[in-house]
Amino acid sequence: MKPEGTFRQRAKEALADKELRGNFRRAMDSLMVKRANQFSDVDEWTRLRSLGEAVRKRTLEKLPDLLEKLETNCKKNGIQVHWAETTDEANQIILAILQRRGAKKVVKGKSMVSEEMHLNAFLGEHGITALEADLGEYIVQLAEQMPSHIIMPAIHLNRRQIADLFKKKIDGFEYTESAVEMTAAAREVLRREFSEADAGLSGVNMAVAETGTIVLVENEGNGRMVTTVPPVHIAVTGIDKIVENLEDVTPILSLLPRSATGQDITTYVNMISSPRKEGEKDGPEEVHLVLLDNGRTRIHADPETRQTLQCIRCGACMNHCPVYTKVGGHAYGGVYPGPIGKILTPQIEGIEPYGDLTSASTLCNACVEICPVKIPIAQMLVRLRNEAATGCPESSVKEAGVKKSTVEDMVWKGWSTSHSSPAAYSMMTAVLGMTGNMMPKSAPMLKEWTSVRAKPKFAKKSLHRMVKKLGVDDE
Amino acid sequence: MAGIQLLQREGVRVIYPQGQSCCGQPAYNSGHRADALKVARQQVKLFKKDIPIVLPSGSCAGMMFKHYSELFEGDPLEKEATEVANRVFELTEFLVHVLKVDLKDKGEPVKVTWHGSCHSQREMGVREEPKELLRQLESVELQELKREKECCGFGGTFAVRQPEVSAAMVEDKTKDISDTGASAVVSGDCGCLMNITGTLEAKQSRVKGQHIAEFLLERTDEA
Ligand code: SF4
Repeated sequence: MKPEGTFRQRAKEALADKELRGNFRRAMDSLMVKRANQFSDVDEWTRLRSLGEAVRKRTLEKLPDLLEKLETNCKKNGIQVHWAETTDEANQIILAILQRRGAKKVVKGKSMVSEEMHLNAFLGEHGITALEADLGEYIVQLAEQMPSHIIMPAIHLNRRQIADLFKKKIDGFEYTESAVEMTAAAREVLRREFSEADAGLSGVNMAVAETGTIVLVENEGNGRMVTTVPPVHIAVTGIDKIVENLEDVTPILSLLPRSATGQDITTYVNMISSPRKEGEKDGPEEVHLVLLDNGRTRIHADPETRQTLQCIRCGACMNHCPVYTKVGGHAYGGVYPGPIGKILTPQIEGIEPYGDLTSASTLCNACVEICPVKIPIAQMLVRLRNEAATGCPESSVKEAGVKKSTVEDMVWKGWSTSHSSPAAYSMMTAVLGMTGNMMPKSAPMLKEWTSVRAKPKFAKKSLHRMVKKLGVDDE
Repeated sequence: MAGIQLLQREGVRVIYPQGQSCCGQPAYNSGHRADALKVARQQVKLFKKDIPIVLPSGSCAGMMFKHYSELFEGDPLEKEATEVANRVFELTEFLVHVLKVDLKDKGEPVKVTWHGSCHSQREMGVREEPKELLRQLESVELQELKREKECCGFGGTFAVRQPEVSAAMVEDKTKDISDTGASAVVSGDCGCLMNITGTLEAKQSRVKGQHIAEFLLERTDEA
């Protein structure tokens, strides 16, 4: 998939929308406070976070092994396992299951991987409707948009905008901006759909290798409905969302909601370990687990890029990102926005369409500070910038080197020459001191700089000269 | 300059190697490692003496402290670079923890606010030190920002690669600053200051931006 325009163009559009900016600023400010309250005990945070990191790192080290175990144990439990290397394959697998069952209508719980696959559109082309049952996803689907956040898909809309949307799209909806009443209206629609659906589709928060269990957390109960009411349940996940055993589940169950929304724990924790067994009154007849690669094996191959796969998709990095809080999720042009999107999307989809996302960061490290599994996002951004600018063909990063620019190479060469020779450096600062202030505002780079700022002033005398005059020793 | 004078006043003998230029961060952060290394090697050679290296800018300190060991991996100067990194101090941390300064305020009552740079906070771990120094000053009222930890939007080349987002970020930052009612914003990072004061100036705000070294020196100087 190629996004429309560049990050810069999309960001510019987003910034022009004052209402959007306000929506994000307010929402993210409050999420940051909620998370901070959860982790006010620094020792507990440090301990838990190291544990979370260790669990994810160990899993990734043993990934091929654990995936085999997962398959064996799921099968033992009666869960059917499918492997897909590409999103196309994953879509075809799901279509085949649905067609075999003659399914026409699918209800969906939240799943970012299904967004990665553009599953809804694909099923639509084959005459199958997929209805989003997570409230946020439902809103986004009604609005015919993409999620703008991985945890809160409709966070870019405020109450008034949602009320307007419901008025337009839900028959018989009486205009109200009350969150409770709007939720009730959506629930009424969704309840009807649950009972009529031929299949339920969900994401996965963790798949437990040793027990063959699918763990799914959620707040609305829609996940439980989707995975229990329809006769077929299909869960899709990336091959990275694995943990070794049930013990590994606990630190992540704690880190995830506390980082994401500042909740102690999610309202629902679903542990799915088999289809309906004989004598049981509920549950689906069939449970399928679709494991999608889509570039993850390549990312996994390099120990540095592998750290990307530690992610538990809590979304906290978005909430704390000073860029995301200004431009929102759609500006990233892909499925995963914010800091994790900046490192994940270019690796999955390639540097060519998404390499510019890596420049959308000041490397302020706000995400690194709060990431519950310690992904060094800033370091990964620098690595990807390096890959984009100079990358070699054997690189594990898709399309490394495509952003190589001779002009930029030359600029940096000139910079490193002047800055590694004291004589050249002193001449350059002297020249800048004399002429720097005469540069017009329209000079390259100064033009961007002065869009909201006054022109920088170059010191007449360099610091080197002033220090010398002060009599400070030079040794 | 003010940083050097502050240290000298505490009886420290300061050496300023005239051959120094830049830590290499701009090229490093842009993905141009080879160019960053070329410049960084020059600095490492200059700072071989086994004495503390004090930097008045959190971002440069963070680069040397956090990234030199990785940048120099496999380089003939790797050992020297790691030693240099271990001797790096951000100015305010040096004043507080090593010199344990006790500042006597000589200025008029004033209200200021503090902007902590991302890299001194998150790479150097310097958060409270500068505020501690400001609080030592009797007639200075410190009004903290609502979003003290949020980036001002400078980010080196970011400001020219993503000028619109950068502008939006510094807009939020300067609004936060103005809302405190302070007459000056003090910071320890030259990049942030250039960004913030440039914006305040363009807005014709009455709030002034000042480097913490300059501010401290001005408030406590005899003259
Ligand atoms: S990168 Fe870290 S903070 Fe961001 S979504 Fe993943 S786990 Fe959460």
